[in-house]
Amino acid sequence: MTSTQIIKYSIDLIAVLLLALGIKGLSKVKSARGANRLAAIAMGLSALGLLVDSYISQGVSTSALIWIAIGTTAGGLLGLITAQRVPMTAMPETVALFNGCGGMSSLLVAIGVALFPVAKSQGDYINSSIETISITVSVFVGAITFTGSMIAMAKLQGWLSTPSWTKSKIRHAINIGLACISLIAIFGTLQGSENALWLLIFGSSLLGVGVTMPIGGADMPVVISLLNSYSGVAAAAAGFVVGSQLLIVAGAMVGAAGLILTKVMCNGMNRSLISVLFGGALSTDSPNTGSTSEGEYTNITACSTEECALTLEAAERVVIVPGYGLAVAQAQHTLREVTRVLEASGIDVTYAIHPVAGRMPGHMNVLLAEADVPYEQLIEMDVINPEFPATDVVLVLGANDVVNPQAKHDQTSPLYGMPVLDVQEARTVFVIKRGMSAGYSGIKNDLFELSNTSMVFGDAKKVLGDLLVELKELGVGKKH
Amino acid sequence: MSFLSEALWVLLLGSLLGLELIGKVPPTLHTPLMSGANAISGITMLAALTLILKAGNNTPLSITGSIALGFALFNVIGGFLVTDRMLAMFNRKNSPRKGLRK
Repeated sequence: MTSTQIIKYSIDLIAVLLLALGIKGLSKVKSARGANRLAAIAMGLSALGLLVDSYISQGVSTSALIWIAIGTTAGGLLGLITAQRVPMTAMPETVALFNGCGGMSSLLVAIGVALFPVAKSQGDYINSSIETISITVSVFVGAITFTGSMIAMAKLQGWLSTPSWTKSKIRHAINIGLACISLIAIFGTLQGSENALWLLIFGSSLLGVGVTMPIGGADMPVVISLLNSYSGVAAAAAGFVVGSQLLIVAGAMVGAAGLILTKVMCNGMNRSLISVLFGGALSTDSPNTGSTSEGEYTNITACSTEECALTLEAAERVVIVPGYGLAVAQAQHTLREVTRVLEASGIDVTYAIHPVAGRMPGHMNVLLAEADVPYEQLIEMDVINPEFPATDVVLVLGANDVVNPQAKHDQTSPLYGMPVLDVQEARTVFVIKRGMSAGYSGIKNDLFELSNTSMVFGDAKKVLGDLLVELKELGVGKKH
Repeated sequence: MSFLSEALWVLLLGSLLGLELIGKVPPTLHTPLMSGANAISGITMLAALTLILKAGNNTPLSITGSIALGFALFNVIGGFLVTDRMLAMFNRKNSPRKGLRK
């Protein structure tokens, strides 16, 4: 082993260590930011190590440097601009976009190695067959990651709606067909056929679309998390392709991490991964129009923002339940204004955070942090549930399924068993909602018909704005 | 053969490490963690770099490698910066509360 090899190996080892410490540190609020930087440094270090090693061992041509510079500048600048411009509410689709590009990169590397013999390692039979296998895996997983992530992003952005054919059983036939095509192409590619490679790219790309398309918005975070795991697998496969152990370690870590996170999200929604991917059991039967028999309400109490303000004025303890609708309406800043007024008049305000509130686990925390809500006021479900009976007013903002008491009492409900916030235990519940349409699950919410529940209809941001005006007129929050 | 057996060990240990590292994370950090892990999956940039370095005078391969590098770096740089933006918001509570928007 030469001294440059030793240096290269040490750099790789340090990079792996830093990446592991980075992921570890990301699991604590205090150390998270530093850990993220640590991981970024590790990535930079690993790239530097590779360049220095290849400069010393074989030299780097000027043309290679130019190509590297072009790729780095283009990708880096676009990444920089995107990261700075994108609003916090659009985080899930941004992660999907980045993730898809990672998959695309692995796909391109595999295609490059497959098509151009220069890039192949001049090894024995075993090495070349490993290479073929890893190219196949990398192409297959990379293509699914790319198209799947793009569809996920488009659906979250609202550019794509769920087409009707995906709600019928036909979609299974189509996806099985695509899977068969991909499988045939995989065998062809393993034989070294170039046409089969193109068929594999085509088939697995369509498979990514076909599998992601039927999945509704509420389940999308799970899919993104799973695709994130895939992109790790694709990276590990690319590591086998180019013979880099660093790539294999990092890819495997991300792949495993993504799987764990996916499982955590599924647990939060009381759904199995299988039913998210293939069943669509909650969303297929009743398209969320609210006109189906399940979605009809008979005993609704509607009220004005004025009544809501009067009740809030008299309250001592208020709990806010923020949900997906709050994120969509971008009403977190207005909400913060309202809670400031309430706090100023001595009312105790906390926020109940369901594990899957918002569009991703933890997304609601990010959104509320953006609006300057103190971290200590965000209370997790298990902690706040016993406190609801001692609560005067609960404001439900754009949340639906996570406050549905059916999940506790109705054994026939598809939601049965899902952990929910027991808001019905509070003295008064206000549900701020655009209309009576069902939530993402398409299931009727029993909470809305309870006697202590009042509905305030309207866009969350507008209702909160009106509420703020009413509260100020009542003189709440003004010190006399 | 040695690369294969080594690589498979590396794959196995890397996966186990990933499972252990992520075992206990508060829900608050799930989105930033996902975003951070996603940035790390852009490590394929190393594969793209290797491709360019091996390409020599083969222009189509260089272009393929360069595009792959661009996609990977978009993932890496964008991913880390976005994660940092999210985490910066959590840290704000530690700073003195002055200069807040009215």
